[in-house]
Amino acid sequence: MIKATQLVKKFESGDSVLIALNSLNFEIKQGQFVAITGRSGSGKSTLLYQLGLLDDPTSGEVYIDGVEATSLDTEKRTTMRLQELGYIFQDYALIPELSATENVMIPLIMQGMSRSDAEKAAHMSLERIGLAGKYENLPSQLSGGQQQRVSIARAIAHKPKIIFADEPTANLDSETSEVVLKTFLELNKEGQTIVMVTHEPEYAKMTHRTITLADGNIVSDTLNT
Amino acid sequence: MKRARDRFKNFVTALRVGWFLAIRQVKRSSYATTGLIIFVMMLTFLNLVVVRGVLVGLIQGSEVVYKTAYAGDIIISVLPKKSYIEDSPTVIEQIKNLPWIQSYSARYIIGGRVEAGYKERVRVTDAPNSAGGSITGINPTNEENTTGVASKIIEGRFLTPSDTDSIVLGSDLLKKYVPVESPGFSLLENVAVGDKVRITINGNIKEMTIIGIIRSKAGEVDSRVFMLDTTLRSFIGRTDYNVDEIAIALKPGVDSTTVKNTLKAGRAGEVARVQTAEEALPKFLLDIKATFALLGNVVGSIGLVVASITIFIVIFVNAITRRKFIGILKGIGINAVAIEFAYVLQSVFYASIGIVAGLAVLYGVLVPYVDANPIKFPFSDGILVAELGSTLFRAGMLMIATLIAGYIPARIVVKQNTLDAILGRK
Repeated sequence: MIKATQLVKKFESGDSVLIALNSLNFEIKQGQFVAITGRSGSGKSTLLYQLGLLDDPTSGEVYIDGVEATSLDTEKRTTMRLQELGYIFQDYALIPELSATENVMIPLIMQGMSRSDAEKAAHMSLERIGLAGKYENLPSQLSGGQQQRVSIARAIAHKPKIIFADEPTANLDSETSEVVLKTFLELNKEGQTIVMVTHEPEYAKMTHRTITLADGNIVSDTLNT
Repeated sequence: MKRARDRFKNFVTALRVGWFLAIRQVKRSSYATTGLIIFVMMLTFLNLVVVRGVLVGLIQGSEVVYKTAYAGDIIISVLPKKSYIEDSPTVIEQIKNLPWIQSYSARYIIGGRVEAGYKERVRVTDAPNSAGGSITGINPTNEENTTGVASKIIEGRFLTPSDTDSIVLGSDLLKKYVPVESPGFSLLENVAVGDKVRITINGNIKEMTIIGIIRSKAGEVDSRVFMLDTTLRSFIGRTDYNVDEIAIALKPGVDSTTVKNTLKAGRAGEVARVQTAEEALPKFLLDIKATFALLGNVVGSIGLVVASITIFIVIFVNAITRRKFIGILKGIGINAVAIEFAYVLQSVFYASIGIVAGLAVLYGVLVPYVDANPIKFPFSDGILVAELGSTLFRAGMLMIATLIAGYIPARIVVKQNTLDAILGRK
């Protein structure tokens, strides 16, 4: 499903060059729930952004479902992100003037769905993650956990091939974090491929596989039993 | 072909999403901020229209006065190289027989001098207190019916048919109203209603009493001395009834060009110059009007630039403070066109509401108010000119400027790197 070959990402700052990702090679199969862990500055979020087509690597390739995604132009990458990928950001990333339903609807309308169909799909998605009855609430009227679940609903509403989650529990209390993780596990049980960045080892253990980064290198890549 | 169809379909989808976003952004934004932006747009629109409207109205006011106080709807005057309108009685008869005529005023006009304070003049070599002007003989009833001249009296009263030894002076002949010191240009000083003055025409002198002073802001009226037509005819020994000027007021709704052409087809066309009031307007008035219109457009254009910059700043600040959310939208696959369109739509919304509010203020308040209370300029009674076509054109220009001013900042922000925007990186 995802393949990274010789993936390099460098950041230049004045005379110095920081190598955030150092020629990474790995594959993620369909249906896997993969955690990417490491200390702060290890490159885990940077790796997620390359895999999720939010950033361009300095060199190397990212293949998504056999398509070399890194060589696509901006328009095609945007279309791929819209149709085949889903994102859950650390700070929920909801649009403040859109209600829960509207936040979920907007990528569906962008895919060409009619407003009524998009609304139905959004409601189904919100119900699925336990937010029935909060359809018209603005983000400011939801708790942190609820906002994150709206973010999840938005990410899954269009049935993407892969979900990318960047520290989805970072701003949540432990109880709410467990609810979010439970949702991910349920989605994964249904066959959803999920790539999650986390700095919580106990959450990483709940996944199929943990890739650990340090200074831009993969230091371990283990299957979790 | 399919590719073009797909591109069009994608474009329409982007517009739908942009509309979706724009409606919600406007609905859920602060009322105070939205109200303020709309207020600025309204003021900008009014600036575009009113400044030009007042400048043009200043001259239009003069045109209106020229027509109402002097020329009427049609003015018949002497042909070049002629001393008067020959066969004037036949011309007047032709006028009276036309069904469209409301009233007319036939005027005798001859150059003369008015002298005051002649009894107090000690030496013959002392400069006389005098002024030169057009001595105009009229039938006061006809004149009043045609031009409403009596309403322009500022001191005393206008002539009546029994005022055989009285005159009404135009205010441009009096230093009190025209405090200009110019060599070779003399005005009457220390003259008031009730004073006796000497009128000199072709060497003939007659003492008359000032019964009124008139100020219409039409130079052709304010530089004249009015007396009864019968008085002037006997003063200068005129035995024929040929006049020098006939002003005609038409009934409401009558086309002046049609009447002019009818007159020209008859005796009037043979012996006189027949013009509509518009045709007879002095060239300098038309030149000033064109100049002021241009000036109004220049000032308006500056206002348009200011409005564009205002919208640019509003949208730019809005977009830059929402840079992160723009990044998120792009990140989840909303294309740039949709996001830019959302901002353009917001600009259009502000401009539209501002324009509608401006139109309401303009036609509901300003135009009727200024019509009822003209602006008292020294030069004329200014009105506010706001023809609908010209106003809508300016509304269109403001809308286009707003569109562009809303698009550019949105494009600048949307073009920024998606990840940098999401993470708040510079």
